[in-house]
Amino acid sequence: MVRAVTSFGRSGLYDWLMQRVSAVVLTLYTLFIVAYIIANPQLTYAQWSGLFDITAMRIFSLMALLSLGAHVWIGLWSVSTDYIKPMGIRFVFQLLTGAAMFAYTVWGIQLLWGL
Amino acid sequence: MLNVSVYRYHPEQDQKPYMQDFQVDTGGKDLMVLDVLFLLKEQDSTLTFRRSCREGVCGSDGMNINGVNGLACITPLSDCVNNGKLVLRPLPALPVIRDLVIDMEQFYQNYERIKPFLQNDKPAPAIERLQSPEERAKLDGLYECILCACCSTACPSFWWNPDKFVGPSGLLQAYRFLADSRDTATEERLAELDDPFSVFRCHGIMNCVNVCPKGLNPTKAIGHIRNMLLSRGT
Repeated sequence: MVRAVTSFGRSGLYDWLMQRVSAVVLTLYTLFIVAYIIANPQLTYAQWSGLFDITAMRIFSLMALLSLGAHVWIGLWSVSTDYIKPMGIRFVFQLLTGAAMFAYTVWGIQLLWGL
Repeated sequence: MLNVSVYRYHPEQDQKPYMQDFQVDTGGKDLMVLDVLFLLKEQDSTLTFRRSCREGVCGSDGMNINGVNGLACITPLSDCVNNGKLVLRPLPALPVIRDLVIDMEQFYQNYERIKPFLQNDKPAPAIERLQSPEERAKLDGLYECILCACCSTACPSFWWNPDKFVGPSGLLQAYRFLADSRDTATEERLAELDDPFSVFRCHGIMNCVNVCPKGLNPTKAIGHIRNMLLSRGT
């Protein structure tokens, strides 16, 4: 058993599953947004804003946002443990990734509910 | 004539490794790479490489042949020579002891880590532990591994984290014991593998499958381990 304390969920299985579940959520969200834009070529601000007023859409968006945060964290954590060997630089990289993901998630929530 | 370029390194004499060029007369025959190495040794007796059974059973002469890992003894020139040139290097990722000989300590440590022996906590029967033909069939494609290290040293995840990621060879063996109906340590074995490195650093690029000289499929075995972990964890 290899100990890893900076990984997303400590367990390899958990990270692996989260990576896949979040990928599915992000795929569905992307497909929906693209389809919506294609289906509404004359999209106005009011219509776009109205879409994000629907609670279901906000839940879906928040789910996609959290999925993105988790997906990026797991992915970049893997990249950092593969390619960055010095412990100090690796830890700082992981710290910055975590801080960025946290900031983007909070910022995203503010945007979603602030519109 | 065949042009052969061989990786040479004698740590006590050389500052750094270099490639030495040879010309070999193969007599127009489709020799095995190992036969070519014997001809090279006649030209330069200091050339060092491992070999034993010379028929793909012992796994001693794994090396990088024109960029692809394989066993020199069962790789014919017709399968590997490009534009009349043969380039031989040691297996990547592991420290070079001399020329084509690598230090396989890390590889064996990873093998040791998965406890490659049958564990059974039930009292031994009078004669032997029986297996049905179906149970025995599950071990086909797993037990044949000869530990030549061609697969693990072809795997980038093993290159970056050889001390943490078990590697395709070790994981194939891990599944060989997980799949064995006579082994009762399944839970302990799975618990040892459920971290972000041991199994899950495999990204399924299948380099291992591509190079295995025995035609085995470690990626498939890793998939089975993952499924076992998944059914245990959900």
